[in-house]
Amino acid sequence: MLHAAYLIIAFPLLGSLLLMTFGRRLGEPVAGWLGTAAITASFVVAVVVFFGVLHAHQTDCIPGLLCQGSPIAPGSLLNDQFVQHLFNWVNVGGFHANVDLLVDPLSITMCLFITGISAMIHLYSIAYMHGEEDFTKFFIYLNLFVTSMLILVLGGNLLLTFIGWEGVGVCSYWLVSYYFQKDSAASAGKKAFIYNRVGDVGFLLAIFILYSQLHTVSYVEIFQRAGHLSPLWATMAVLALVLAASGKSAQIPLFNWLPDAMEGPTPVSALIHAATMVTAGVYLLCRLHGVVNLSSTGQGVICGVGLATAFVAATVATSQSDIKKGLAFSTVSQIGFMVLAVGTKNYEAAIFLMVAHAFFKALLFLGSGSVIHALDGEQEMVRMGGLRKVLPWTFGTFMIGWLAIAGVPPFAGFFAKGSVLDGVFAKSPVLWALALLTALLTAYYMSRLFYLTFTGEERFTAVGPNGEPGIEHPHESPWHMRFPLVVLAILSAAGGAIDLPWVHTWGLDTFLNPVFLTTTPAATNSGSTQLFLAIADAVVAVAGIGLAWVLWRGKAARPELTPAFLKRVWFWDDAYDAVIGRPATALSKAAAIVDDEVIDGAVLGTATLVRRGADQLRKAQDGYVRTYALSIAAGMAAFLIYLVTRVFS
Amino acid sequence: MIAATIPDLAVFFVGAAIIVVGALGVILAKNPVHAALSLVMTLFGIAVLFIEEQANFLAAVQIIVYAGAIVVLFLFVIMFLGVDKAEDITTEPIVGQRPIAAIVVAALMASIVALGQLGHWMVGTHASTTATTGNDVADLGRSVFTTYLFAFEATAALLVIAVVGAVVLARRVSPDELSTDEPEVAQVPEDLGATMTAGEVEQ
Amino acid sequence: MSVNPSWFLILSALLFSIGAFGLLIRRNVLVMFMCVELMLNAANLSFVTFSRMLGDIGGQATVFFVLVVAAAEVVVGLGLVVAIFRRRHHAVVDDLSSMKG
Repeated sequence: MLHAAYLIIAFPLLGSLLLMTFGRRLGEPVAGWLGTAAITASFVVAVVVFFGVLHAHQTDCIPGLLCQGSPIAPGSLLNDQFVQHLFNWVNVGGFHANVDLLVDPLSITMCLFITGISAMIHLYSIAYMHGEEDFTKFFIYLNLFVTSMLILVLGGNLLLTFIGWEGVGVCSYWLVSYYFQKDSAASAGKKAFIYNRVGDVGFLLAIFILYSQLHTVSYVEIFQRAGHLSPLWATMAVLALVLAASGKSAQIPLFNWLPDAMEGPTPVSALIHAATMVTAGVYLLCRLHGVVNLSSTGQGVICGVGLATAFVAATVATSQSDIKKGLAFSTVSQIGFMVLAVGTKNYEAAIFLMVAHAFFKALLFLGSGSVIHALDGEQEMVRMGGLRKVLPWTFGTFMIGWLAIAGVPPFAGFFAKGSVLDGVFAKSPVLWALALLTALLTAYYMSRLFYLTFTGEERFTAVGPNGEPGIEHPHESPWHMRFPLVVLAILSAAGGAIDLPWVHTWGLDTFLNPVFLTTTPAATNSGSTQLFLAIADAVVAVAGIGLAWVLWRGKAARPELTPAFLKRVWFWDDAYDAVIGRPATALSKAAAIVDDEVIDGAVLGTATLVRRGADQLRKAQDGYVRTYALSIAAGMAAFLIYLVTRVFS
Repeated sequence: MIAATIPDLAVFFVGAAIIVVGALGVILAKNPVHAALSLVMTLFGIAVLFIEEQANFLAAVQIIVYAGAIVVLFLFVIMFLGVDKAEDITTEPIVGQRPIAAIVVAALMASIVALGQLGHWMVGTHASTTATTGNDVADLGRSVFTTYLFAFEATAALLVIAVVGAVVLARRVSPDELSTDEPEVAQVPEDLGATMTAGEVEQ
Repeated sequence: MSVNPSWFLILSALLFSIGAFGLLIRRNVLVMFMCVELMLNAANLSFVTFSRMLGDIGGQATVFFVLVVAAAEVVVGLGLVVAIFRRRHHAVVDDLSSMKG
């Protein structure tokens, strides 16, 4: 069953190739169904492979005996790891990088939720993108994105992961600037791409450091040899990985591309900028946990980055007026929690929160998409309100997502965030207090967003502040859009069941444990401490919801609660503009003069020289056959004279 | 080397004289018909020298194919086209063509002779592919149908292609294709022009 | 029996040079073709001479092929002359200079 792993990648790839070739002919909606079918097939394969991994897990697979097909000698693999060797890729001197897929509990968990949620979002997109001019192109990009993401996750070495890493980056660029006729969308795409490139430098540095120290890029070999890393190099590698993760996962200092990325169509925001791609940085850190474990300085930095991002983004999210931007900052904040979990070596909790977050954040984004769809593209919450009666399905599902992310028991978010906070408490109660404050903010801003959108007056019927016409009859979305909402709502509600804290014989924690080989920090807390923490989480969630109810009930806007400092993201973009943007512009202007005068002068001068020379040479082509014959004869004579001189000498 | 006998020398010099006189006749005759007749003279002289060199078969072919067929073809074309009027060879429109041609040709001639006299590759007798047995017709036939069989077959294709090419070139052109003077600029072919719409032409 | 082969080669060189010179100075296409024939015959003469010198029939076989190629060349060349003449009513090469650069 494990050998089918390559099919997980092959189906979306095939889908995108088919769509590239025949997509225009298939048109709407067949192209969308084809894309959805490819992802669904991939999901089915992922489930099959998952059962293969589960079987190996239960039978305590001895690598090389039960897990055949591995080119690596028996006994060299960690428990439950299976390497599928597809073909040799780079084989130069001592450098080997093969196209290997690493199938283990971690990667198959990722594959399951990536393909599953992608399939839902593809289905949703068929209705959401209805009537778009580039309907087919959208599905090409989506399929290509899923392919890249799966390569990233399943890649057996850093280089292959990097291919997927870049692939998701470029697909994200294409999809963010999908409405490229709009200036804001085009520049948001560029911003996302450039921020990601800065992060990529970190990834490349990490590859270079690990290769120079360990002489391999393969994960399996890195795990075996990680002990040879000196503490200094381990810290350097972790810092480089943090830079990589902060680019892709939108963490401080590279987080502010994500809100701008909301210029893309809403399914893209749900798929790429909430559920899957932005978790790639967290995945990378988890994948290389063997390196992260070696550097306590690195762990400290990861904790700091994660907590700072979670807090900053949560404060910013309280002041957003655009529904998608609010969700985007919420995503940044939630990923901050995941990074914080990695920093406390609580990798299982990071993955658990990642999965749960993928469920409820995809749900929230798709719900917001449903709202936006109903209101003809309106995203400002000032013009929403009272949608509870108009969009009953969206309201119901969105409410589950809201309660899940706020951390109300027994929804998925409560357990996921709880296991993260348990780990943080075990590491440092001070950090835990800050994280709990952030959790309070989370419950507060999500409740504010929910109230503004679904309760209160029906503000959308009135003429908007900028003169937009009122919307008379918002309509509930078609079934393709409602079905994913319901499925994701069920998962958000019951998703906590995959890893209940008091069950230690089965669950995500047990499943992932062979990969990370660490005892969960949460488990070090005593039973009564755990109970206290859980109660604290629940109280904070309810308090946040209540606070928002008091402050925002029936209100459309409260300027005193949404100061410019928070609206403008702590003036983060302005700071970048002052420190990097303006000096770079000045430098570019200076360079432009050099370009115009010196380089263009040299180029044009050469061109002029060539043209004048050619004008002269052209006279040799006088059109007379006899002149050409004479030239041939002269050439022959010259050659013979040369031969004579050779014979004489 | 065996000293040459008087008759051999006589044959060589007479043949050489015929060749050179004929060749000069080709390039100096004003009238193309006279040039063609001088060419026959040269070709005949070469056939004589082929016999002197025991290439009997080639000598016969030389007379039949060259002097017979090719020169007749030349004369036929001259008469057919009516270009038998005398050409003025006292003037030269291209400046410097004649002196440069004379110098280049003299250099060529001198280099070839120098190489022939100096080259050490000219000594000795060693057949590399097919030794002669004295019966040149049999030798030639054998080598053409064994060693050079592929080339021989290829000449068949070459001749067919040449014939087809000549037929295509000389076919009667339709009146609208025929113009008394070639235009300076190539025209857009008719079929291409037909597919272009008026808007595209304006662009 | 044998005249010194060098003399044949010198004669061949002379014939080649006369042909080349004629090609360069004459303007009538037909006469230029005849000059090409002169040059081909010069080459043939040296091939036969080498064949005798080296006792190898290969030289004569080559001449055989040169004859074939010359025949093909004349056929195509004269076809071209006829085609040109149909359009221009003369056969002067210097007037065919529309490919001027």
